[in-house]
Amino acid sequence: MKGRIVIDMERCKGCGLCIIVCPKKQIEISDQLNKKGYYPASFKEESEQDLEKVKCTGCALCAITCPDVSIEVYRQDKDDEKDESEED
Amino acid sequence: MPFPYRTGFTQFLRGASKVKKVFTRPMSLKDTPFHYCPGCGHSIIHRLVAEVIDELGIREKTIGVPPAGCAVLAYNYFDVDMAEAPHGRAAAVATGIKRVLPDKLVFTYQGDGDIAAIGTAETIHAANRGERITAVFVNNAVYGMTGGQMAPTTITGQVTTTSPGGRVPLRDGYPLDLSEMLGIAAGSVYIERTSVTTPKGIMKTRKALKKAFMVQMEDKGFALVEILSPCPTNWKMSPAQAVRWVDEVMTKTFPLKVIKDVA
Repeated sequence: MKGRIVIDMERCKGCGLCIIVCPKKQIEISDQLNKKGYYPASFKEESEQDLEKVKCTGCALCAITCPDVSIEVYRQDKDDEKDESEED
Repeated sequence: MPFPYRTGFTQFLRGASKVKKVFTRPMSLKDTPFHYCPGCGHSIIHRLVAEVIDELGIREKTIGVPPAGCAVLAYNYFDVDMAEAPHGRAAAVATGIKRVLPDKLVFTYQGDGDIAAIGTAETIHAANRGERITAVFVNNAVYGMTGGQMAPTTITGQVTTTSPGGRVPLRDGYPLDLSEMLGIAAGSVYIERTSVTTPKGIMKTRKALKKAFMVQMEDKGFALVEILSPCPTNWKMSPAQAVRWVDEVMTKTFPLKVIKDVA
């Protein structure tokens, strides 16, 4: 199962709690400041093109822990043969 | 930044034939960014309350009562009706609202300085009368908004701005366990203490909040969830240290458990 997270970097305050809980250690602190002046968290696999190499499983532990609700989690469905039309 | 990672994201969508969103912002939470410090537990608890309101489908008939304290601006974040209460009087205000509008669901959202210091009398009597309200009690062991002074819930030995040498029981008294006190009150139905330091604890807190709302929906009595919440700024710690401190030190004084459940 593959997943992907989207971090809203303007909302993130760089507390780093998501980095502690990520089981695959795929989140790091960015080296760029956001508008608020924090160094936000960023997803390491952002530019990963090969889906096979993606380690994120979409477990959503980072999003559950994120105090600022700045993480959205997407997950590839297990049974992707069934009803393909229902993409959201 | 509207949608930062378009390239990788479309690639991901192309790779899988079915992608679903498994986590997003709850509907009952407005889009306003939180004003809380980095690593603060308040915003996690806001989200959990909003998730529970969404899950139970009670957004249109919920009325919240925010406190004085760090969460004083909670009405900016919840997309439900809110009525601000004077400092500590959230339980009294909630009682009034609930008695006038018994079909609505009323919850108070209070910090430890609000519920356990200035509002002790109101809270204890509301619990003892068995008012059908739900109280969310956020315990971070200091007065957060005013700069980290010693609160009734400050644990023994804890350094705050008004106890620079640590809290000494002979001089400053002992930490107040309000939840245990409310457990003795005959009108209280459900009281649990949880923490929001780990994903497991957060899910447990969500469950407890849901049960506390269910108790009110079933018209049984007073329900309270005490949540141990990190305050990195006033504890002078990093968010990671603060989370660890709750788990290792604070839970010794305030053990995580169901204190009362007669629902």
